[in-house]
Amino acid sequence: MEVILIFISAAIINNFVLSYFLGICPFIGVSNKISSAFSMGIATTFVLTVTAIVSWLIYFMILLPFKLEFLQYVAFILVIASLVQLVEMVIKKVSQPLYRALGIFLPLITTNCAILGLALFIVLRNYSFIESIFFGLGAGTGFTMAITIMAGIREELELANVPDAFKGAPITLIVAGILALAFMGFSGLL
Amino acid sequence: METGLIIAIATMGGLGLLFAGGLAFADKKLRVTENPLIGKVFEVLPGANCGGCGKAGCYDFAVNVVEGKAKINGCPVGGNETAEKIAQILGVEKGVSEKMLPRVLCRGGNKEAVKKMTEYLGPVSCEAITIISGGDKLCAYGCVGGGDCVNACPFDAMYMNDNGLPEILEDICTGCGICAKVCPRNVIEMHPATRTVFVLCKNQDEPKTAKEVCSVACIGCGICARKSEGGIEMRGYLPVINYDKLDEGLIPFDKCKTGAIVNLKKLS
Repeated sequence: MEVILIFISAAIINNFVLSYFLGICPFIGVSNKISSAFSMGIATTFVLTVTAIVSWLIYFMILLPFKLEFLQYVAFILVIASLVQLVEMVIKKVSQPLYRALGIFLPLITTNCAILGLALFIVLRNYSFIESIFFGLGAGTGFTMAITIMAGIREELELANVPDAFKGAPITLIVAGILALAFMGFSGLL
Repeated sequence: METGLIIAIATMGGLGLLFAGGLAFADKKLRVTENPLIGKVFEVLPGANCGGCGKAGCYDFAVNVVEGKAKINGCPVGGNETAEKIAQILGVEKGVSEKMLPRVLCRGGNKEAVKKMTEYLGPVSCEAITIISGGDKLCAYGCVGGGDCVNACPFDAMYMNDNGLPEILEDICTGCGICAKVCPRNVIEMHPATRTVFVLCKNQDEPKTAKEVCSVACIGCGICARKSEGGIEMRGYLPVINYDKLDEGLIPFDKCKTGAIVNLKKLS
């Protein structure tokens, strides 16, 4: 039960993008088309989940016993960077068009603060191994959901008559803000 | 303290090595062997992704060129310059890429074309106009003046003139052919830039009707075809030019009553 609560909390109530405002860069950058936004969400979910697993192992199995907690940032960055490299290789192998559609935002998952944030949250909240996995999955699901919803709205936005001054990034940020407001409605759920 | 330092270095070093090994292994398993030429060809392409070559974009064109499925001079936007660069990269002879230009085959602007009794007040888009009513002009074949071609041009090489007809800025035009594709009445056609003789009318009406709907319509008298010795052929009420056989000298441009057949070289 606890793990399901953690999952729902990370996915909806404390959504990484719309509640913590982590990972805004890909959220704005890759939300032009639903298909590529969804793929980005899946790639990020994968990285988040594996990061949760690996960083938990490294922190609680290696860093803590050796009293090397101060190295957590370096270690987590190392984990994330390697995982992103791996994901990049896999996507390039599996789908060339997707690889080109994601473009620079794929390597930029490395600097996606949502992922480092996740690793640090796990340490901060002292999650168990299983809890970490669900936390990672939940965060990824939340990110995928947010970016896909955003892409859906932006596809419609293309056809809308937006005032000149708001075209492009401004209206996107306003929509993101309204979306975040909507997600605040979930805050009483747990 | 010193042991802590050593442990820290050993841990991070060990982790680094572990991940490096893992990635090296993954790289071997997942390596995508991509022809390095594709990237090089892609770099010299204009990057407009206009689709003028008939491929899904510049990258797709690069892949096709390297694989020999597309012609080196297949990019109409880059023209000869790009073809030369690609030829250099691939180490083959380049063919000559003929520059294509769109031609607006209608001279029936707001002044020349006869208007209907009713006025069109719907959306200003050729596509909508042709579907709804055909616009203000009586002619059912000519330009409706909605400007779809101008809006579609990715290079801003077209504009609508005062007379409500599209004009092409030939210096800027890359010959991608998008304007010709969006024109619902096929008034715009792509032709090699070297062609200068055109029948600037698409009206297929019989002579009497053609005269009634537009002052510059081709009335299908056939004089150009008779004098051309096979260079021009009448199909219905419209002359069709066979550019292989055409002898410009034979065409009686000044005999054309409405001036529908023109030689752009002489005009400019």
